[in-house]
This record gives sequence, C-alpha cells and structure tokens, in this order.
Amino acid sequence: MARKVTQSAKTLNTGLAWAMGLLMFFPILWIILMSFHSEADSITTPFEMLTSRWSLDTYAEVQNQNNYGKYFFNSVVISVGSTLLALLIAIPAAWAMAFVPGKRTKDLLMWMLSTKMMPAVGVLVPMYLIFRDYGLLDTRIGLVGVMTLINLPIVVWMLYTYFKEIPGEILEAARMDGATVGSEILYILTPMAVPGIASTMLLNVILAWNEAFWTLQLTSSDAAPLTQFIASFSAPQGLFYAKLSAASTMAIAPILILGWFSQKQLVRGLTFGAVK
Amino acid sequence: MATQHSRIAARFMIAPAVLLLFIWMIVPLAMTLYFSFLNYNLLSPGALTWAGFDNYYYFLTDRAFFTALANTLILVVGVLIITVLGGIALALLLDQPMWGQGIVRVLMISPFFVMPTVSALVWKNMLMNPVNGMFAHIARGLGLQPYDFLAQAPLVSIIAMVAWQWLPFATLILLTALQSLDSEQQEAAEMDGASRTSRFIYLTLPHLTRSITVVILIQTIFLLSVFAEIFVTTNGGPGIATTTITYLVYVQSLLNYDVGGGAAGGIVAVILANIVAFFAMRMIGKNLDA
Repeated sequence: MARKVTQSAKTLNTGLAWAMGLLMFFPILWIILMSFHSEADSITTPFEMLTSRWSLDTYAEVQNQNNYGKYFFNSVVISVGSTLLALLIAIPAAWAMAFVPGKRTKDLLMWMLSTKMMPAVGVLVPMYLIFRDYGLLDTRIGLVGVMTLINLPIVVWMLYTYFKEIPGEILEAARMDGATVGSEILYILTPMAVPGIASTMLLNVILAWNEAFWTLQLTSSDAAPLTQFIASFSAPQGLFYAKLSAASTMAIAPILILGWFSQKQLVRGLTFGAVK
Repeated sequence: MATQHSRIAARFMIAPAVLLLFIWMIVPLAMTLYFSFLNYNLLSPGALTWAGFDNYYYFLTDRAFFTALANTLILVVGVLIITVLGGIALALLLDQPMWGQGIVRVLMISPFFVMPTVSALVWKNMLMNPVNGMFAHIARGLGLQPYDFLAQAPLVSIIAMVAWQWLPFATLILLTALQSLDSEQQEAAEMDGASRTSRFIYLTLPHLTRSITVVILIQTIFLLSVFAEIFVTTNGGPGIATTTITYLVYVQSLLNYDVGGGAAGGIVAVILANIVAFFAMRMIGKNLDA
C-alpha cells in the first residue's frame, strides 16, 4: 500500500515537479510559440512577441519557399524504410536465437552489440569514398542501407528480449501437432510477438528520424532529411527565427508524439533489456 | 529440445543478419586501417604511397589532438555528471505522489526526442544568442549585461545543450528503476526508525547502482560521437575550443581532404571507444540472463 502523504507535501511535490518539467520543456514550448508569429515579431522582446499577431503564415512560408515537404518525405522514407528492412532481417534472426538457442547465441548477441559501439568516424572515410564511387551520395537508397545496418543490432536485441518472453512450450505443442516452421511463425509467433515488434519499430523510427551523423555527412539536397534541412539554418544568412521555429516544430512534432507513447519501450530498447 | 532440423533452420535465419553486420563491421574498418597507412589526399590524385606510421605520428603529435582529446573527455564527463546527479534528483522527485504526474513526465522526457540539429539551433539562437536570445532578455530584465555564451564559454554551452538532451534519458531510466523498488522494504526500514537520508543511502542507492551504471555506459557510447551539436553551432570553434575527436576526424578527412590522416584519426577514435566498450560489454553481458 502507498504510504500516507500529507496534503501539503503532495502540493509541494506537485509544484516542484511541474516547475522542473516546464523548465525542461521550455525550449520546445518557446519554438512552438514563436512559430506562430512573423519574422519581425520573433526578434522583439518575449512579451512583445507573445502579444503580436498570431498566424500560420510562417508555416506556409517554410513550405512554399523552402520546400519543406521534400525533406519531410525523405525523413519518412529513410526512417520507415530502414526500420522495415531491419525488421525483415532481424525477425528471423531474433526468432532463431530466442527459440533455438545454441552454445554461441550469447556470444553472437554480444558481438552484434559490439558493432554498435564502433564510432561512426572510424568508418567515415571509407563510407564516404564507397558512396562517392558507387553514386550513392545524396540518395535515399544509400541512406536507407546505412541506417538499416546502424540500427540492426538494436532491432535484433529488442526483438530477442521480447521473443524470449513468449513461452516456448506453446511452440513445442504446435510443433508436435505438426506445424511447420513457417506456419509456426505465421500463426503462433507473429500474433504473440506483434506488440514487441511494434515497440521495436517505434523506437527504431525515432532513432533513425533523429540520426544526425550519417544524414549530415552523406546527403546534401536530393535525399536530405529534416536533420540536414534544419542544419541549413545554421548559416548566418539563414537566421530566420520564425521560420526556424516553424520548421523545427514540424520536424520534431511527429517524433515527440510517437515518443510519448513509447516511454516504456524506450527504456528497454536503449538499455538492451538491462532495465525494464 | 530443439531438433536437428530446427537447428539448421535457425542457422539460415540468423545468417543474413550476421553476414550483413560482419561485412558492415569488417569492410569499412579494414579500409580505414589500410588508408591510415597511406599518403592519400583527395586533392592530389597521384599514386598512393606507403606512409608507414606517419599519419598516426602527425595525428597524435598535433596539438589539436590533445585539445580534442581533452574536449572530448570534458564533454563526456561534464554531461555525465549533470545527467546522473540531475537524473537521480528528478527521478526521486517524480517518484513522489503528486497531481498530474503523467503530464510532468511527458514534459520532462520530451527533449530526448528532439533531433540534435533542432536542439542545437534552438539553444544557439533562441536561448543563448546575446541579442535576441531568451537568456539575454532575462539578463537585460535584471539589469545585467547579456553574456555571449557560445563565444565566451563555448564548451560549457555545448555541455549544457547535450545535457539537456540526455537528462531526460537518465531520469526516465532511473525512474523506471525506482518504481521497481520494493516499497515494503522501505516501510519496514521506516518503522525501524531509519531516517530519510539513511533509507536513501542504504536502500535506494544500492538498488539504483545497476541502472546508474547502465546510464553511464550507454550515454558514454553516444556522447563520444556527439557531432551535430558542434557542427551546427560552433563548427569546432572558436579556434579549436569545441573540437572533439569525432569532429577533428571529420575536419581532417572531409574538409582537409586528407584521407590518410583522417583514417588514422578514425582508428584512434575506434581504439578509444573500444576501451569504453570493453567495460560496457562486460556489464551488459552480466545482466543478459537476468
């Protein structure tokens, strides 16, 4: 049972926690507020800005002048495409490791994880040259490939921890009833594993959407996702506060909302199952 | 027990993932290693000549390397201290009974979902800008002189940005761990007259040890390769004040077109990361069966 808490203590906790939460959230709140004002109003004092005219003009401007849609589309293609591809490769592997564990399964998992710890700069030079020589620079397909490989270890790991929780006896029973490996996966494993697969997918889309090393190095315009688009605002001549706010709000909104729904899975995925 | 048949099937199912990761791990890394021993500059497309350990010699004796190494360590350690201590405090706070806990948690973890380029530019322009930034407005409101954060204290500013992104991660994980704490044990200790402080030191903290270790290790892996925040705010400057190892390798290979030197730097970065990874792997491996 929960211990009894005095009303005043609860009030104090509430006030303190809300203050901290709002403080952490403030930068995000501020760009959302700023995005509804004009360029001129956005660089006045905070009070003047909030009392100036509210409109959606800046959003229209970002779309019309900067072709925001293209970058958004690229982000979707790269994050969702690489996630689906990674799942396609990882589901059979995770299934096999969870249900037919061998002597080396643990070593294999650890090795997969270790590939994740290789710093990206360690392979920057050859990756850049390979991409250049095969015409993959600034292509969506090239980036989907890299993202798939980067996140594959996490996907295998997450799926593995979820699959391990499915009781193996059910599969054995099915096998005795004459189910083939194929129908085992299709009719028994898949329905039980869907929640785990969905969370894995969610986390992976978030990670791929926000990835900002390879997307910055390997794209410039045609295949540039939102990370690269936002980075283009770092140039001094690109200092448009309202526009940057509107573009940023649109860039982070989908992931922010997905993220709120996946808090639990996030902990599990990012700690490789060490904290649940 | 698994049959012979299913074992063979399992091999086939694991093979694509293993093969792809193996190629991904070995081929580029082998190329980096190979390049690191060559005189290879993209601007002088002559014959590639053998350089021996020259690239390593120049990279490791460059003063920029020591600055970058120091910057990397300060960045990683600085962010770790802020996020772990802040994370423990925030997790303890969020674990208390209150109104609207769900909403507070959502507000608190949001920065983690903001893409690095957005958070860097928001901090640079909307918060830290000495003319139009929020901090400058607050300073002027208090009658103080606005401070040019990124020019005066560039590395500290980067640490603040990165810490803002990772504090939610630490908080969320430590909160998850706190919530699995046995409340009966706490109550028993309370009845036996244990003070709040001693309950925290002898019950809560030991329970959190594993999660804290996980937070430190995972964050270190990501923090060692912080790139976008530096790329869009300071470009490693002023001078090389915010150049980290990752950024230095990028400058060397893609801005100076020195493939050989960049590759040598890349190998050095891999070795440094491996030292950290060694401990991380042992830690996570130990918890694998748990």
